[in-house]
Amino acid sequence: MAVANECRLSTGCCYDVERVRADFPALHQLVHDKPLVYLDNAATTQKPRQVLEALLGFYSRDCANVHRGVHALSERATAAYEGARGRVASFLNAARPGEIVFTKGTTEAINLVAQTYGRSQVGAGDEILITALEHHSNIVPWQMLCQQNGARLRVAPVDDRGELIMEEFERLLGPRTRLVAVAHVSNALGTVNPVEQIVRMAHERGIVVLVDGAQAVPHLAVDVQRLGCDFYAFAGHKLYGPTGIGVLYGKLELLEAMPPYQGGGDMIRSVRFEKTCYNDPPYRFEAGTPPIAEAIGLAAAIEYVSSLGLEAIAAHEHNLLEAATQALGELPGVRLVGAARDKAAVISFVVEGVHPHDVATILDAEGVAVRAGHHCAQPLMRRFGLPATTRASFALYNTLEEVDALVKAVRRVGEIWG
Amino acid sequence: MNAALEDLYRQLIIDHSRNPRNFRVLEGADRVAEGSNPLCGDEVKIYLKMDGERIAEISFQGSGCAISIASASLMTDSVKGKTRLETEALFDAFRALVTGKQAPAGVALGKLAALGGVAAYPVRVKCATLAWHALRAALAGSGRVSTE
Repeated sequence: MAVANECRLSTGCCYDVERVRADFPALHQLVHDKPLVYLDNAATTQKPRQVLEALLGFYSRDCANVHRGVHALSERATAAYEGARGRVASFLNAARPGEIVFTKGTTEAINLVAQTYGRSQVGAGDEILITALEHHSNIVPWQMLCQQNGARLRVAPVDDRGELIMEEFERLLGPRTRLVAVAHVSNALGTVNPVEQIVRMAHERGIVVLVDGAQAVPHLAVDVQRLGCDFYAFAGHKLYGPTGIGVLYGKLELLEAMPPYQGGGDMIRSVRFEKTCYNDPPYRFEAGTPPIAEAIGLAAAIEYVSSLGLEAIAAHEHNLLEAATQALGELPGVRLVGAARDKAAVISFVVEGVHPHDVATILDAEGVAVRAGHHCAQPLMRRFGLPATTRASFALYNTLEEVDALVKAVRRVGEIWG
Repeated sequence: MNAALEDLYRQLIIDHSRNPRNFRVLEGADRVAEGSNPLCGDEVKIYLKMDGERIAEISFQGSGCAISIASASLMTDSVKGKTRLETEALFDAFRALVTGKQAPAGVALGKLAALGGVAAYPVRVKCATLAWHALRAALAGSGRVSTE
């Protein structure tokens, strides 16, 4: 295994990026007369034809509602939808498919936990611990819960490299801490948090842990049983799947004890005006017609990523990150933000004297798509004394030539600003 | 360089973004208003000293992209000494310019015309008009505006 990785790292011989690129129709286009260089993957990824074909296949042959019809199409749709749940379970190495709840995204998955587990288990004076690295979607749902239940939000700080300060984190795990909610990978800086260690510290004190894995699943193999976390959330669209589909993994004993999230069809066992009996998990949390096609598309995306292998993908992306970090770091006037030792393929930077939005506009004119702004992580930006950064985020289909195009485009910024 | 980009970042714009005019707190201002663009994080604060219906003095402070800072800078230069009505008419003409619409007749934009390149970038219109919205709020005495 180590030998194979070495080989990938040094020569890239085991990973055929051109073949991968051929699977992504959207990559092959001109933007402002320049070949598209898509480096906004932390916002959303492009989709391979295998995912597009799965969506088209469902809508062309099997389109029916799930869990109710006795007709052939409904049986096929149900089998495909439940098959997708099983595929997600094995992707995360969950103990059983019943621990996988489909949502419309990471945000909804986190809100679901806040409004069911949180609302029933976190009381006045209790504490929820998050980190300074969090995306707004892992801040605001907890603030809302704190307002509803009189709980208190605590925030573990990060150092100048953008790494969580573990001593501070541990110090903040107090007798009133009921829940820890932490990003696996920071969307703004790429920092990979030591989730196993975090879970161990929390569990020693009987505290439940939710991991926001939106930025992790595309870049590293996730094993929820090894991590030991109680909840894990991610979205399909950042993993080369469709928008409108997310996943909440929850340990079965926790899901079973949780009240429903939304009321409606499919989440009930029987409804009488006097009393309604709720269904078991995961159905208890999937009221209404679920995103059926999207779940099937997500399963196709997982199949695609798994066929390439997350270790090979991680090695390829690591090469891109190293090359970009070195080349951008050498440009005069460019400052990289976030230098965690364990980092996913995200690079945040500022060009001295030029606002990130102007940088992004100039890059766009060169065909290079990046994100500029606060990355929905305003408290983190404030921590680094910046209103915004420019962020390039890499995916399994990016190339070293695209890193060169990025660097060349950032050079143009300096030329235009003189 | 791409022509649209060249048109957006004219030398005058880059100059005003780097060395914004009237960039200070105005002591004894009788009207102040803030504007923000939450999506981009651009922020601007406008200070006014009025002489009846006329803007006697104007200054601003803020942070943001080149377009928002240059626009605020050029605006402060161009509305000084103008009445409220004249300012409104100038804003209408400016907004027409940056959204690529037909400008109303009889209003001279002067240096503001340098922001004409914004019309090719619809997402940047909010940057170019932020200071104007704040100015309008200051004139109306309403204190705070957002372009979202």
